[in-house]
Amino acid sequence: MSPAPAVKTLLIDGKDVSASGDQTILGAARENGISIPTLCHLDGLTEVGACRLCLVELKGSTRLQPACVMLVEEGMEVTTHTPRLQKYRRMILELLFAERNHVCSVCVANNMCELQDQAEAHGITHVRFPYRSPSLPVDASHERFALDHNRCILCTRCVRVCNEIEGAHTWDLLGRGVNSLLISDLHEPWGESDTCTSCGKCVQVCPTGALFDKSKVGGKVRKNPDFLSYLNEMREGLR
Amino acid sequence: MTFEELEQIATDARAAKETFPRALNVCVAAGCLSLHSDAIKSALEKEVRRRGANCRVAGTGCMGLCSLGPLVTREPDGHLLKNVAESDAPEIVAKLNSAMPERLLYSRDQPFFQRQTAIVLENSGRIDPEKIEEYIAAYGYQALLHALTDLTPAQIVQEVSKSGLRGRGGAGYPTGLKWGTVAKTIGTTKYVICNADEGDPGAFMDRSVLESDPHRVLEGMIVAGYAVGANLGYIYVRAEYPLAIKRLQVAIRDARRLGFLGSQICNTKFSFDIEIRIGGGAFVCGEETALIASIEGRRGTPRPRPPFPAQSGLWEMPTLINNVESFANIPTILRRGGEWYASLGTNKSKGTKVFALCGKVRNVGLIEVPMGTPLRQIIFDIGGGVPEGHRFKAVQTGGPSGGCIPEQFLDLPVDYESLKEVGSIMGSGGMIVMDDSACMVNVARYFMEFCMSESCGKCIPCRAGTAQMFELLTRMTNGTAKLNDLDLLEELCDMVSSTSLCGLGQSAPNPVLSTLRYFREEYMEHIVRKHCRAGVCECNKLAEVSA
Repeated sequence: MSPAPAVKTLLIDGKDVSASGDQTILGAARENGISIPTLCHLDGLTEVGACRLCLVELKGSTRLQPACVMLVEEGMEVTTHTPRLQKYRRMILELLFAERNHVCSVCVANNMCELQDQAEAHGITHVRFPYRSPSLPVDASHERFALDHNRCILCTRCVRVCNEIEGAHTWDLLGRGVNSLLISDLHEPWGESDTCTSCGKCVQVCPTGALFDKSKVGGKVRKNPDFLSYLNEMREGLR
Repeated sequence: MTFEELEQIATDARAAKETFPRALNVCVAAGCLSLHSDAIKSALEKEVRRRGANCRVAGTGCMGLCSLGPLVTREPDGHLLKNVAESDAPEIVAKLNSAMPERLLYSRDQPFFQRQTAIVLENSGRIDPEKIEEYIAAYGYQALLHALTDLTPAQIVQEVSKSGLRGRGGAGYPTGLKWGTVAKTIGTTKYVICNADEGDPGAFMDRSVLESDPHRVLEGMIVAGYAVGANLGYIYVRAEYPLAIKRLQVAIRDARRLGFLGSQICNTKFSFDIEIRIGGGAFVCGEETALIASIEGRRGTPRPRPPFPAQSGLWEMPTLINNVESFANIPTILRRGGEWYASLGTNKSKGTKVFALCGKVRNVGLIEVPMGTPLRQIIFDIGGGVPEGHRFKAVQTGGPSGGCIPEQFLDLPVDYESLKEVGSIMGSGGMIVMDDSACMVNVARYFMEFCMSESCGKCIPCRAGTAQMFELLTRMTNGTAKLNDLDLLEELCDMVSSTSLCGLGQSAPNPVLSTLRYFREEYMEHIVRKHCRAGVCECNKLAEVSA
């Protein structure tokens, strides 16, 4: 067994903090009540350092570092909320909103969305960048769940939870750059996936409304197509 | 293999060459080959046979002056023949012992050749890249034997450090320091990787080296393996280089045959082998962590560093990863000494650098100059300047990660620091010369499109940011931009370069930033007057309609 990692002391936002040597800046900060925004991070999954919201400033370095992967070091001085960082975070969120079709008012995850929460927390009232408005499909072939690419931010939490926790590796990415697309198996409809166990973990970890449970969408609204007697009578040939 | 055996192979190879009083070397690297130099070689062979001439016809690597290809060199007088056609074969063979016709001759006294210093390219165009014996005759594998029998791994690292060699892939990290780090990292299994995923537009240095002198790279890698304690090396070469791959395969096979690869190399305890991995066409796989992911069979996306590959690289083992040109310098450094190498170049950038000179310049081709050579000398003396009727405007170095350098900096000595100071980078060595027919906004847009389509999509700033910058630049070129868009563009440049995960995103705004720095008035003309002075952008049509 390897020896326990040494304890390090460091400064986060002017606060003296101690952490174990294998802890990330993010872990140490949260343990001490300092919040750093994240989107792709989820406790228990491997870190990818992709969303760049958790970037922090380190004294003595011009390069910003992702708090989710950067390990603590003795004597480190971390700043988590400078005007520069906040500006970048707002821009990153703006870029996400402009990238696909995020329309909160008609989204299944309205009020339960981490992207929306982050936007609110960062005071985003509008997006300055041109909306790209791509034409993206919805995969509703699975009997219980659905995938709406328009709301996907490519954080890959679903990919990781499916691979690392469920062990199915149903999800992966296709293509690159802005054309990246979440796919199940070898780009087959989700409902036809051989590997999907329908465990629903991906739906639970999705930060937005991209992956959702169909029964939780229309389920609450009871529809009554028979309420117009006129239609019933027409169907039955009574008129 | 001993020094005596090596010397014997060299002597035999030289003797075999000398049985012919004359030789015709035909360039069969990709540039000339695309002009069917293989047919010229067959025509020359046929003609030699027909006349019973006592002449040897051989295929060699790149001779440098690609724009005048197909090229043929006549030995032993070294006369260079340009624009050779199949129909010239009878005349060339007939005049083997007399003066060649003027129309074919290109004098080696021209500055193109005189101003160059060849280290990496010393054998390029002189030896047959598919014959290991010819490489040995040109002192090949002596450095390896010297390293394995006379030097300790630490001494090799010291020698490389002493040479001052810096990473030729573009970032310029001291090679000796990198080797030392990997050598000192504790681990039973280590790897050496050669990055041959050259992808910058306008860059063909690594391809030419691999096509013209593959053994040089292999020798550098084997020495590196011995120095850092690795037993397996990978060459990651892009699939778009089929000829380089073929020649590497031949070279690896021949090196195994003579015992330079395999177990107990040259009767020492050291074993090393090299495998080729072929890239699938993603530019981002030139980034070291993405390259490693690709070799491991995963999606080629970068991961945050640290840990650096020197500590945790391929399969989480300590990994040395260097560029083709870095490895190609090693045999000469060991043969002639680190101090000798350090005597070339500038204070902080030692040795020579290979550049692929292209664009609006007379002599398009592959050149090698000492570090610190002024840009003016490269473009106007060696390159022969911009063709008639046009004026030099800027030179683009470093590909999509680099920038455009305007005329006022032409006397700048080319090294890592000075290029950075003026907003560009050394990069891997692509050098694109632009004249007044180039629109700088359009150039920036071109490179942004490249970065956008080559972004892996992992981190948001690069994925969505490059797409937004491309959209804003497109508005400028098609005349729909507003002044506000310029502010947005500059904000995005700052943000994408500060927050992106890997070098691709961090440097993607460079072409925009450098053109904004030196050609801001062109941006303003596009936005305010809907006018493109070079006449290449769509916005001019709009201006005509409204006028």
